[in-house]
Amino acid sequence: MEKYTKHTSVAALMNRSNVDTDQIIAKQFLKKVERTGFGVHLFHDWRYLEDGVTPNPDFELNNPKFEGAKVLVAGDNFGCGSSREHAPWAIDDYGFNTVISTSFADIFYNNCFKNGILPIVVDADTLKALMAEIESNEGVSFTVDLENQTVSTPGGIEVKFEIDGFRKNNLLNGLDDIGLTLKQTDKITSYETKHKEKFPWLWAS
Amino acid sequence: MAKTMYEKIWDTHFVHQEEGQAPLMYVDRHLMHEVTSPQAFEGLKIAGRPIRNTHSILATLDHCVPTKLADRINLPDPIGAKQVKTMMDNCEEHGLVLYDMESKNNGIIHVVVPEHGFVHPGMTTVCGDSHTATHGAFGALAFGIGTSEVEHVMATQCLPQSKSKTMLVKVDGQLSKFSTAKDIALAIIGEIGTAGGNGFVIEYAGEAITALSMQGRMTLCNMAIESGARAGLVAPDQKTYDFLEGKEFAPKGEQWDQALAYWKSLPSDEGAEYDLVIELRAEDIAPQVTWGTSPEQVVPVDKTVPAPSDFELEGKQIACKSALDYMGLTPGTKMTDIPVDFVFLGSCTNSRIEDFRAAAEVAKGTKVPANVTAIAVPGSYQVKEQAEQEGLDKIFTAAGWEWREPGCSMCLAMNGDQLKPGERCASTSNRNFEGRQGKGGRTHLVSPAMAAATAAAGRFVDIRELTN
Repeated sequence: MEKYTKHTSVAALMNRSNVDTDQIIAKQFLKKVERTGFGVHLFHDWRYLEDGVTPNPDFELNNPKFEGAKVLVAGDNFGCGSSREHAPWAIDDYGFNTVISTSFADIFYNNCFKNGILPIVVDADTLKALMAEIESNEGVSFTVDLENQTVSTPGGIEVKFEIDGFRKNNLLNGLDDIGLTLKQTDKITSYETKHKEKFPWLWAS
Repeated sequence: MAKTMYEKIWDTHFVHQEEGQAPLMYVDRHLMHEVTSPQAFEGLKIAGRPIRNTHSILATLDHCVPTKLADRINLPDPIGAKQVKTMMDNCEEHGLVLYDMESKNNGIIHVVVPEHGFVHPGMTTVCGDSHTATHGAFGALAFGIGTSEVEHVMATQCLPQSKSKTMLVKVDGQLSKFSTAKDIALAIIGEIGTAGGNGFVIEYAGEAITALSMQGRMTLCNMAIESGARAGLVAPDQKTYDFLEGKEFAPKGEQWDQALAYWKSLPSDEGAEYDLVIELRAEDIAPQVTWGTSPEQVVPVDKTVPAPSDFELEGKQIACKSALDYMGLTPGTKMTDIPVDFVFLGSCTNSRIEDFRAAAEVAKGTKVPANVTAIAVPGSYQVKEQAEQEGLDKIFTAAGWEWREPGCSMCLAMNGDQLKPGERCASTSNRNFEGRQGKGGRTHLVSPAMAAATAAAGRFVDIRELTN
C-alpha cells in the first residue's frame, strides 16, 4: 500500500448526508473479480445522464472547479449500507485519498484504511465552515497533514482531528495489515490451542 | 465486575495486542459469497499465503444467481457467470464447503447458515456482507467486513479490532398480532436514525424480544446494521438451544452438554453497564412503512408522508426534500393511498418459512391486480421445499404471485430481478436506498404480512383493518 503523506489538494464538496455505498458504487459493477477500474463507475447513477455515459452537468463532482480533487468533504454518515469494499476502491481509483465528514459508517471507515484512504471526522460546525469555504471559492485546496493530524485551509481554518495511533502509523508507513498480524503467528497458535481445549465443538465436524 | 454479553465474547476472543497495534480478535466462523471474496482469494494467491483454517468457512452462491430456473442453468450475464465460476474454482482449490446452485442446501448465506447450525452462541462470526449481523440472533458476535478483511481472516484467523461501545435497546410489553420483528427493527431505526448505532454493538432485550421466535430475532438483528451498529445481539435462551439441537454443525453428545453450559454463561450479568440505553414499548409499535430513501425515513402505516418542515435539523429537512423528489411523493399523502407496481417478498431479512406463512395467510384467497407484479423468493431451497410441502406456493400462485428459486434477488437487484425507473415497490428487504432495486426504482420497506396485503390491494394497507 502507498504511504499517506502530507498533501495540499483540491477539495470537492458533496453536501448530502447518508451517502450510501449503493450510490458510491452501484450493484451492476460488483460483478468484477478484480480490484481495479472502479473509478469510472463512482457515483454512476448521479454522475451520468440517462445514457450512462454523458456527464450529468448538475452533479456536484462534475463541476470543473473540483477537477483533480483528492479531498472529498461530505455530509453526515458517509458510506452507510453495504460492506462492499468496491466503494473505497472506486473512491481511490477516482483520485480521492481523503474524505471529511461528521461521521462514517463503521465498515466503510475500516475499509478506507485498507486502501490508503484517510477518513477524517470533524464536528458539525467545522464541517459547515469547510463546506462554506469550498462553496464560496472557485477551487480551493486544503492541506492534510496526517503526522500532525491537522487540516488547514487558505481561509484560515485549522482543524485538529482524532485517529487511532495504529491506524495512523499503518497509513503513514503504508504497512500491510496482514503481514503485521502474521508476525504474531506464535501468539495466534498458542491462543488457538487453548481455544480448542475450551471449545472442542468448534472443531468437530 | 458485571459484564455485558458483548464484553464476555470480546474477552474470550482476545488473542494479543502488540504495542502500537489494535487488539487481535480471533474469528470462529467465516461466511462467504461470490461478490466480496474473489479479490481476497486473489490477494492470498499473490502473497503466497495459505488459508489458516478452512474448517471455519462456509460459502454459498446467492447475490448473482437468477431466480428463474432456466436462467440458473445458463447464466444470462457473462460477468456474473464469471464471478460464480471464480467462487466455485476458489472453493474447490481450497477444499471449502460451498452450497452451489445445484446443491439442495443453496440459498442466501444468512438463511442457510442457521439452517445448518453453523453459528452458535458466543462465536465470533464474520462475512464480507453487512447483514452478517443476522447471526446475533444466536448470541454470536457477528458482523460484516470488507474484502481486505476477508483476506485477513483467511490468512490469520484474526482481525485487528477496536472495542465497540455498548447499547441496550429494551423493548418491553407485548407486540400486537399485526406487528412483527420487522416493525420493531424499523421502529428502532426510526427512533435512533441510520447513524444512531455508529460505534456501538446493540443488545436487544426485553419481553417483546424474548417473545420473538428465532426467525424473528434473525430479522431484528439483520437490520442492526441499518442503524449503523457493528452488530446486534440477543441473549441465547431455550429457543436458541432448541433451534440448534440436532442441526448438522451443532455440537453432539457430550460436546452438546459442554456447549450448553458455556452458552448459558453468556447473557449479560445483572447490573452490567451499557454506554447507552434506549427503551421502547412494544404496544406502541404499529406496522411500519418507509416513505423515503433511508430506512430511518419510516412511519406507522396509518400516518401520512411527512414534509421537510416536520424535521428540526436542517440536514434532515434537506434529506426529506430530496427523498420526496426521488420517491415522487407529496407531503400529507396518506401512506394507505400510495399505489404500488411491484411487491417483493424475500431477502436475508424476511425470507424464512415463518415469513412465507405470515404472508400466505394474508395472500390466501386474494388476487394481485393486473397492473401489479408480485414475486415470492424463498431464502433457500430448504425454505422453498418446506413452503411447498405446506402448500404455500399454491396460495401465492393462485393469488397471482410468481414463485421463484432462492437467492438475494431484488433486495439488491444484482441478478437481473429489478425495478424499472419510476416503479414503486413494497419490499420485505432491508434497504430503500436510491436505485437499490434498480435505477430510478422506489422502494418501501414493510413486513411480509404488509407486503401480502399491499399486493392484494395494489396500494399500502393497514393490516390491522383487514380482519374487521
